[in-house]
Formats: sequence, structure tokens, C-alpha cells
Amino acid sequence: MTVLSMSEAPPQSSSSLLESIPLEVVSLVKRFGQVTAVDGVSLELRGGECLGLLGPNGAGKSTLIRSIVGRVIPDAGRVAVFGSAAGSLDARSALGWVPQELALYPRLTCGENLAAFGRYHGLSGGKLAESVAWCLDWAALQDRAGDLAKNLSGGMKRRLNMAAGIIHRPRVVLMDEPTVGVDPQSRNRIFEMIEALRKEGAAIIYTTHYMEEAERLCDRVAIIDHGRIIAQGAHEELVRSVFAQRSQVLARIAGPPSEIDAWVERHAGRLVGETAEFTIENSTLIAGLLDDAAHSGLELVDVTMRQPNLESVFLHLTGRELRD
Amino acid sequence: MITSIVRTAIVSLRRDRAALALSFILPIAFFSIFAVIFGGQHDSTSRISVILVDEDRSRASLDLVRGLQREGSLAIRTRPSSRSKSAAPMPEYTAATAEAAVKAGDAPVALIIPHRFGDNPISFGGNGTGPAIQLLNDSSDMVAPQMVAGLLQKAGMTSMPEVMAEKGMKYTDQFIGGFTPEQRKRMNGYLEQLRQPENQQAAAGTSPAQAGSGGGPIAVHTRAVVGENKRNPMISFYAAAVGVMFLLFTASGSAGVLLDEADSGTLDRVLSSRVTMTTLLAGKLTFNTLLAFTQLVVMFLWATAVFKLDLFTHIPGFVVMGLCTAFAVAAFGMLLASICRTRAQLGAVSTLLILIMSSVGGSMFPRFLMPAAMQKAGLFTINAWAIDGFTKVFWRDLPVRELWPQVSVLLAVGIVLFAVARRVARRWEFA
Repeated sequence: MTVLSMSEAPPQSSSSLLESIPLEVVSLVKRFGQVTAVDGVSLELRGGECLGLLGPNGAGKSTLIRSIVGRVIPDAGRVAVFGSAAGSLDARSALGWVPQELALYPRLTCGENLAAFGRYHGLSGGKLAESVAWCLDWAALQDRAGDLAKNLSGGMKRRLNMAAGIIHRPRVVLMDEPTVGVDPQSRNRIFEMIEALRKEGAAIIYTTHYMEEAERLCDRVAIIDHGRIIAQGAHEELVRSVFAQRSQVLARIAGPPSEIDAWVERHAGRLVGETAEFTIENSTLIAGLLDDAAHSGLELVDVTMRQPNLESVFLHLTGRELRD
Repeated sequence: MITSIVRTAIVSLRRDRAALALSFILPIAFFSIFAVIFGGQHDSTSRISVILVDEDRSRASLDLVRGLQREGSLAIRTRPSSRSKSAAPMPEYTAATAEAAVKAGDAPVALIIPHRFGDNPISFGGNGTGPAIQLLNDSSDMVAPQMVAGLLQKAGMTSMPEVMAEKGMKYTDQFIGGFTPEQRKRMNGYLEQLRQPENQQAAAGTSPAQAGSGGGPIAVHTRAVVGENKRNPMISFYAAAVGVMFLLFTASGSAGVLLDEADSGTLDRVLSSRVTMTTLLAGKLTFNTLLAFTQLVVMFLWATAVFKLDLFTHIPGFVVMGLCTAFAVAAFGMLLASICRTRAQLGAVSTLLILIMSSVGGSMFPRFLMPAAMQKAGLFTINAWAIDGFTKVFWRDLPVRELWPQVSVLLAVGIVLFAVARRVARRWEFA
């Protein structure tokens, strides 16, 4: 893969921007009628950092991203990209947006799509040709450069969609669920693309509702629910802050519902569907938990012990599954 | 089971407003337009505008003029209308200005009553020796000259009774044998009676049904002053008329790409780049204008190759009218695409509007066949102005400078429609 450093990329209009924070969001609020989609969100993205925005569908991730791009006008708060207001020409030049939708021209080839979006960002001549070649290489689409976008496979379309978002070599990239609907193989290919982008110095916001993606790709994670950021930090920090050294026990159990409820309550656990979930200080406590179940006339179907992860954190903080 | 299928279909149709509109509103709208045009509603049947020049000013010519003025289906004009009510009346038409007016499309027919017409106004059997009335016509209107020629004969028969009688007596005297002095005295007395204006009126009658158009006691020389040398007279009209209608369809379809791009998210992505909404719409307008112009070029080239339209001697006028028309229809398409929320809605609204505009504006049948009110209504359509402009170029062979009314209107319409489209497109700019 050809490597062109993002630091070589053009687009800053003044040297002062280089000294600014790549992205700053302060107390952002956006309402649609009675619904508050984004509710006082503040976050900061540092140079070269990948921030995961983790939340279920409808949590407000896309609205937040669209506010940063300038496609949504917030009701309160502000967004600054290298110090420039969202939607300004400087901000638009510095930002690359990969929308959740496949926002491509289906009757144009891969090369033509990239060239079109490059021109929209002000590229021309040799720089445009160089950028198109770089993006095709980055997205592993060199041999499909002449294929119509509509004829590509789902995974290829996703990659082309990403390439079109960074054709102008932006220093801040916003990726809104770029892996939606792709198979595992294509997903791995996309991860490699994002990792390559990071190596070249781009600051990235990556929204997803897949915990594994956030854990693999992101330095920090912000968990968003009902339009609010309810926790943020490196994912180990988040897990530690919520669970400390504790472990989780997940038990599927059969028996009278009233007995199950009483058993769960006695051990400060909770029921998620048919599974009882407990947090324990150390593994020796499992024996007592299971003995109590047996004395209550409950039958264990299976028991799992696991280290808490981001999904556990989300569940713990919101009481809901991440994919709700 | 059949009931279930019917019920599902009814519910689906009820919720598809576009299909509903096409199913019910379009037929009603079309029926009404055709009923107004051909049904003679509101007593607004079109009168034929005739320019009349009386060079003779004899008793016979004045009688004939009065007879023509009494015809309800003719609108006789002897001078151009003043620009304003307070302005002094314009000078009367002469043979030259009347011919120029027909060429310019001010009237489909002009009648010139020549000097010395009154010396021998009637020529039974076509063997008259006096000068013939000149009927100048625009051959794009095939109905008007026929009607005027017939009504001219009728007016001659009924408005000049004493001339008719005098001629009859003269022929009797000449071919059957001389009258006795007594007979001659009684006939002169009768002729004197006929010369009284009130008796002429009675003889002329008022009902068209009382008169026949006659076989031609009045000598008329008909001459087409517009289109006389055209090889295929109506081709340019239909090339423009049909062309504009399909341009409107293409323009609205092409502008509908905006809706597709909004749906797919491409529009959002484009607007997140350096491209602004004004730039984007201007780009689309330019493309749609060029597309529409290319369509016109192809259509007129086809008409030239197959139907012998004379395109190559009218290139400047064609380019000016083609570009102005293309600009106006492209802006019309942009406005529709901006207003409509979905492709289906755009399809229904554009079909409805374009078919109505095309029928009223003369794309389906010539406006001069329509009632006067309908002709005026046509002026609210792009079709009418475009067709008028192309007619000036290809039919009347007028120079480009004469296209200024059509060019001004089409450009103004295009600018206004685009400005409104830009305003409406704000809904795509920000949420």
C-alpha cells in the first residue's frame, strides 16, 4: 500500500489552525420537535487520536456527527474544527465525513466518484489524480477503478464510500458506522484501512454500536445514550472505573419466577432476559451464589464467568443491551 | 379473496397521492380544457382578426366595408391599436403596413380594396374587368382565409344590393334587349330606393344563416404573405410545439436527480464539501439547460433531414430561442424538484402541470384555433412564448432582434423560477 502521510496533506488556511485542537464540541444541544437528539454533549478530539462513539441505534450519534459536519444546526452549544466554526469553509476543508449511507453516484465508476468528490473539495490536476490513486490504493480498489459503483459488492461499496470521504486528505475524519451490513472479511479490510489512516496521523471519530470495533480501533470511547455522553475514557479505564477488580457471572437458570427474582435480589444482581447477571469481588464467591440457588429450588442451565468489557459497562450504566 | 385484493389495492391507491391525482385530477383538467376550446363555452368563440384597407373610398367599397363590419365572426381593424387609451389614434393601415402586420403575426388576414374597385365591383362568372380585392394571408392559419373569403362574398351580395341590381339590369339590357323608357324609369326608381342606407341594412339581414358565402361575384386575389415559399409549412410549428413539451418532461425528470441524491445522502455529502447549495443548483441548472438545448438541436436536425425544415438559414434565431427556452424549462424543472418531496410526487405533479401547460400553451393544437380567453391564458405558459418565438424565426423569417419579447419573458421566467427553487431548496441545506 502506498503511504502518503496525512501531515503532507494540504488543507490548512492558516498556521494558527495547526496549533488548535482538531475538534472541540461544547455543550451541544439539538432538538427535533419534542425529541432531544443531542443533550449537552461536550467532547474533545486530540491530534492523531481515535475516539469511539459507542451507543445503540437512536442514541444521537449520527446527529452529533452531522452537527460537527455542519449539516445540522444545533440549538445550543458550539463546534470548533481547528478553531473554525462547524460549516465554515476552513472546517469543511479540514473535515472528512464518511456517512452511514452509501452516498455515491451509482452510475459513475470508482475512479469517477473519487474524482468528483475530490473536485468538490477543490482538488484539480495532478493533486486530484494523485489523491484518487492514493484512495483507490487505500481502499484496495485499484483493480476496480473502472467499475461502476452500483456494480460493486456491499463491502467494496463501503470502502469506496470511505475513500470518497477522505479524498481531500482531511486531518479530522468522522466515520459514521462504516461497517454496517458488511461481512466479517470486508469488516477486517475496513479495520485495516482505518488503522492505516491512523498511522498517517488523522484524528478520527468512529461511531458504532459494536463494542469489539470500539475496543480494537479506538484510544478512547465515549458512551452515548439518549443524546448524552454518560461515560468516556480509554476502555480499560472505563471498565475499571465501573467494575474495579470485580468479575461478572452470567447464569441461565430455570425455576419459579418468584424464586428467581428473590435469588437475584439477594445477591444484588439483575435479570436480563433469561440470564441473571451478578458482579462479584472474586471468583471464590461463585460457590455461595450457586449453593443459594440450589437451596431455593432453582436449576442451573449454565454459568459463565467473564471479565467486564465495554458492553458490560454500557449495560451497567444504562440497564440496556448495546444493540437495543 | 377477491374482496381482500380489491381492499388492499384501494388502501394502497388512497395512500399514493401521486397516483390518485393522476387518476382523477388529470382527466378532469384535460376534459375541462378541451371542453373550453372546442365546446364554445362562455360564448367566447374566437373572432377572426382582419385588417382592412380601403384604398378606393367609393360608394361600393364603403358599403362593402360596412357589410364586413357587421359580420359577427370578423373583428375588422382599419388601424393598429394605440399603445395606451390616452394616446392619439394610430394612422390607418396602408397596403404595405397591412402586409407587414400579417407578416408579423398581428392578424392572419388582411383585405385590400384597391383604387377603382367601385367602378366595377361585381364580376359575374369571373369575367370582370375591375381590380380584384387583395386577400393577404398567413398560411399557417388555414381556416381564417377561407372564412374571410366566404364572408367577403356574402357581404358583397348583401351590402351592395343596388350594385347587384344595377349589374343585373345592365346585363339584361345588354344581352336580352333594350329596356323601354318606362321600364328604365321604374328600374332607376328602384335602384334609388336600394341606395338608401336603411334599405341596404334590411337587405343585408343580420343572421349569418340568411347569407350564402357565394361563388364569387366579387373578384378576390388571394396571396400568402407568410409561408408562401415554405416547403413543409407546419413542420417548424410542430417541431417547436412538441419539442417544448418534451423538454419540460425531460427537465423535470433530470432535475429529479436532486431528490435521488437527497435520498441517498449524496446531496448531504456534496454540501459538506466546498460546494454550496447555490453552486450545486446553478450547476444542475446549467446541465439541464444544455441537455434541453441539445434535445432541441437533435429534434430540429431530424426535422431538417426528414421533413425539409429549413434550419440552416435560421441558425442565429434558433440558437437564441433554443437557449432561452432551454433555460426556462430547466428552471421550471428545478423548481418542481425542489418543491416535491419524492420522485413519485414529482412524477405526478410534473405530468399534471406539463400536460395542462402544453394544451393551453399551444403544444397540442395551435393557439389561434382557441377562444380568445384561452389564448390569453396560454401566455402564462412557457410553451406559448417558446412556440411564438420559434414561429417568428422559422415561419415569419423575422430577424433575431424581433425576438425580444419572447427572449425577455423566457429569461425572466427562468430567473424567477430558479430564484424560487433556490429559496425552497433551503430545506436541504440544514436540519
